[in-house]
Amino acid sequence: MGRLTEAAAAGSGARAAGWAGSPPTLLPLSPTSPRCAPGAVAHACNPSTLGGRGGRITSETPSLLKIQKISRAPWRAWLVLAITMVRFYMEKGTHRGLYKSIQKTLKFFQTFALLEVRIVPTSVLVTGVQVSSRIFMVWLITHSIKPIQNEESVVLFLVAWTVTEITRYSFYTFSLLDHLPYFIKWARYNFFIILYPVGVAGELLTIYAALPYVKKTGMFSIRLPNKYNVSFDYYYFLLITMASYIPLFPQLYFHMLRQRRKVLHGEVIVEKDD
Amino acid sequence: MRHSPVEILDAKTREKLCFLDKVEPHATIAEIKNLFTKTHPQWYPARQSLRLDPKGKSLKDEDVLQKLPVGTTATLYFRDLGAQISWVTVFLTEYAGPLFIYLLFYFRVPFIYGHKYDFTSSRHTVVHLACICHSFHYIKRLLETLFVHRFSHGTMPLRNIFKNCTYYWGFAAWMAYYINHPLYTPPSNLRSSAGETGARHLCGKEAGSVTSPSTWPCGTCGPLVRSKTRKIPYPTKNPFTWLFLLVSCPNYTYEVGSWIGFAIMTQCLPVALFSLVGFTQMTIWAKGKHRSYLKEFRDYPPLRMPIIPFLL
Repeated sequence: MGRLTEAAAAGSGARAAGWAGSPPTLLPLSPTSPRCAPGAVAHACNPSTLGGRGGRITSETPSLLKIQKISRAPWRAWLVLAITMVRFYMEKGTHRGLYKSIQKTLKFFQTFALLEVRIVPTSVLVTGVQVSSRIFMVWLITHSIKPIQNEESVVLFLVAWTVTEITRYSFYTFSLLDHLPYFIKWARYNFFIILYPVGVAGELLTIYAALPYVKKTGMFSIRLPNKYNVSFDYYYFLLITMASYIPLFPQLYFHMLRQRRKVLHGEVIVEKDD
Repeated sequence: MRHSPVEILDAKTREKLCFLDKVEPHATIAEIKNLFTKTHPQWYPARQSLRLDPKGKSLKDEDVLQKLPVGTTATLYFRDLGAQISWVTVFLTEYAGPLFIYLLFYFRVPFIYGHKYDFTSSRHTVVHLACICHSFHYIKRLLETLFVHRFSHGTMPLRNIFKNCTYYWGFAAWMAYYINHPLYTPPSNLRSSAGETGARHLCGKEAGSVTSPSTWPCGTCGPLVRSKTRKIPYPTKNPFTWLFLLVSCPNYTYEVGSWIGFAIMTQCLPVALFSLVGFTQMTIWAKGKHRSYLKEFRDYPPLRMPIIPFLL
């Protein structure tokens, strides 16, 4: 599931930004502020927090070089993707072949997102789910099942992912540079309202479109009898994956809505405890 | 004797829930919990967590009021732990499930495999042997739960039973499906005879672990089995306890060994995956146990590893 979840999970530090929360460089932004390790959410790396610790501002402000490194990599990836997509559509007037032209960049940067997974004891499961779902979409669906690459639904989730990531990375970058325009914050916590369902719809439709091909070719499946006494049917696996969106999507969506209320409207929300 | 008043506040909202005005100073937390239940019957003692600080640790049932750092009126903060269920119930359910489920597959009850296979029996010896080993393993665990384990906490949150049962029952069904399948491929001759001897060994190991209560001081279930006097476990005359020379938690070592042996015997990938998942979880527990042993005992034998001799 191309999770736009972390888009609003500012308050829950580690968990949210987990998978694609921060640049592949893995540089801690501030050596003494543990929250600013990779994957830390922007608000925890709010410059005022950084400067506030012990009042030693100079030693804790991230160096410009670090900021440049940090903001460069994923920023450019998604910007490049966005620009490529727009240009392609303007030149060709159709979305067919679009996926083919951007797939290398997409795969490269989505796989790199794996490096961004911060190993957090409490949320490695959630982070893992988020990373693996995007990797799953890119490698196991669109890459492996060529006939569906020209589906409209592919464009749907690509657009959703691209806009989310650009918003998110600009949010992080501007926060680091201590100059966060309200518009960016607003965008980050409001775009997901549309983008998240759009992305999920795109993914589900793509998987649904892939089903007939999977059934026909029997790909990624193993039948009995065999030496290891196991069987796996990719077709049913996909059906189960689609079904899993039903319990997971509302939970994540409402979580993001709660985060939005907390951040934008300063509501104090007493979280249910475990 | 001066009676001390106790007031109980909600840890989250600070609302005053209960005021007990005549509590004897040498009353224990358990007694206070019982008194609290009288005013709020929906919160039975097992689901109460009383603490001195809203964000602090829970007080133990044995703690005495007099010995706590409180003023003239003791203020305790209450947290609801949610519906609780006893350890014994959970264990019995989670072990009885696999036992029963495996047998359903073994006897090829209708609607699992094709209709022409209903109630047929496999022609491979290893399949029968596997059933015996698997059933024996879970019968052993049920007997342990009933007669060997001493449980300290008594309860756990209700949702744990769903989590645990899904894990055990799910894996049992998954394994049993393939082992008892009409298209099951037994291991090659050489491996199967080795496997069968191995299996008999394992059943022996299982028997051994049951009959040696000295393996239990460590406890399969960490916090549950707690001997009153804390001593470093050492090997005794019972050969099954000799593994204590090398590991802190030999019961986990034996458990992992049994399942790996079962995987080799049946040549079934789901069994191997189950062993792997179990091994991962048990390693985490063993490491925790090992760490607490090291903290507690200065002279803990340095050669011992948590679960795998010399390695892990």
